[in-house]
Amino acid sequence: MSGTARMMRNLARNKWIYLMILPGLVYIIIYKYIPMYGLLISFQNYKPYRGISGSDWVGLAHFERLFNSPDFWMIFSNTLILFVLQLIFYFPVPIILALMLNEVRSVVYQRTIQSIIYLPHFMSWVVVVSISYVMLTMDGGIINGLIESLGYEKMNFLLSPEWFRPMYIIQVIWREAGWGTIVFLAAIAAVDPQLYEAAKMDGANRLRQMWHITLPAIRNVIVILLILKIGDILELGFEHVYLLLNATNREVAEIFDTYVYVTGIQQGQYSYSTAVGFFKGFVGLIMVIFANWLAKKYGEEGIY
Amino acid sequence: MIYDKSLGSRIFNLINGTLLAIIALLCLLPFVHVIGSSLATNAEIAARKFMLVPTEFTFDAYRYIFSTNNITRSLLISVVVTLGGTLWSMFFSVMTAYGLSRKDILGRRFILFLFVFTMLFNGGMIPTFIVVQKTGLMNTLWALIIPGTINVFNMIILRTFFQNLPDGLEESAKIDGANDFGILFRIVIPCSMPVIATISLFYAVTYWNTYMNAILYLNDASQWPVQVWLRQIVVLASGLNYDGSIYNDTPPPAQSVKMATIVVASLPIILVYPFLQKHFTKGALLGSIKA
Repeated sequence: MSGTARMMRNLARNKWIYLMILPGLVYIIIYKYIPMYGLLISFQNYKPYRGISGSDWVGLAHFERLFNSPDFWMIFSNTLILFVLQLIFYFPVPIILALMLNEVRSVVYQRTIQSIIYLPHFMSWVVVVSISYVMLTMDGGIINGLIESLGYEKMNFLLSPEWFRPMYIIQVIWREAGWGTIVFLAAIAAVDPQLYEAAKMDGANRLRQMWHITLPAIRNVIVILLILKIGDILELGFEHVYLLLNATNREVAEIFDTYVYVTGIQQGQYSYSTAVGFFKGFVGLIMVIFANWLAKKYGEEGIY
Repeated sequence: MIYDKSLGSRIFNLINGTLLAIIALLCLLPFVHVIGSSLATNAEIAARKFMLVPTEFTFDAYRYIFSTNNITRSLLISVVVTLGGTLWSMFFSVMTAYGLSRKDILGRRFILFLFVFTMLFNGGMIPTFIVVQKTGLMNTLWALIIPGTINVFNMIILRTFFQNLPDGLEESAKIDGANDFGILFRIVIPCSMPVIATISLFYAVTYWNTYMNAILYLNDASQWPVQVWLRQIVVLASGLNYDGSIYNDTPPPAQSVKMATIVVASLPIILVYPFLQKHFTKGALLGSIKA
């Protein structure tokens, strides 16, 4: 039987299956792949009424403008600093929490704690930021109330640039650390119990068991997640940062995503903001590919 | 495993358990504070700084926000978008996932790659915005749903599950003369209820929490879902009397109104959470292991 005939028979036999895939395929073509084609406007002076075919080409002008702009170094360093802060202050927290949860001997107690610390993950960023606002405001917020009752001056957490980064990190930890334990707990569950028995024979106490058995046993998972985190270096959460952004903290809070929103949607510079987004997406793609390569090299299965 | 009952081990348990309790409290206390303050009277909020449970309960703040139309309407919009969006997304995600789980489909690997690639790279905010505009979704509630029709991550979890169903299931139905749609809706889906429930919940949470698409695609405040109003009321505070309505002579302090708005914007999730927690974690684990 020829290849075409075989193909026709496959199409006929599976016609309903192809029909099922079709809507999903149409969806990603329209809402994912056409926007990728739309990246062409970053090389144009795009005019909405003229469309891509009618707008003038300007080459790399928008990219040059971006790299020569003082804004570029501001958003670049802001992005990098937030990423490094996440790596230092957020990344270890789920690991420590998972180790602690693993040591709990009562199943009911363990489950109760887990249920509670997973909850914040399901709150929207708007809710998380709003809770912070009502607690931190100078106008009747609980935190400033406490500070005042201890005899100190009220602090303007919400409008001072130096508080933006701590606030961002604390919110990330509060919302995600509990949920982040899941993957580590799964890895810990796979550790051979005999190892602990042996360690006990050798007289190792619980802390030493944690340090010498549990932690090394999940080292691979930790390294893989660390590497994958590098792939997400530019994904700091548009919604989260945008909600915290205001006129007073812009110099520390503006990142690529918020910059694209402000220059593109609010100021209508479609081509320039697309160029900024393109640069971010391109670097992000390279980082993900690099991270995945690194993960494979490390000896584990890659993710994609 | 036999647990070691030495004194050192007991002290360790005590410290560890206490620390975890403190951490859990840190997760919980902000909610308690917000819910408590939303139910407190004006006088008590002003007098007490550390508010957890008010001594005198009042629903004034809730009466106020539900008298302003904005919140009532936006809650209704959020409910409609959440229910409609979840159904819509599940319908297309399940069909795509099932189709791609079948082995003898031409170009299956390529189509799958097309989906996975969108997780690594995309056109970004502005080109997507232009497409949403050109496809006529601007200022319609469809703009909150259609651009997020299929979450590739969720679709792949579904696909992995369908792939692991026993083959015999479909064979027997085929012999009975059912077509593929019949097999999917009458056999495969009923056999996959755990994963269907998990993914539906993931979608529902996403739709309830939707914020970015709303600020991008909806200019008219009368279409805003509750998250956008929450931001308006708490973060920008000025949105409070957007429609000019006034609640009797002495409106409650803004603080308790803000608290009450946070509560209504998060309550649906807090209420269903205890029942769904098991599913959520199962799904997350499936997701972390991945295809």
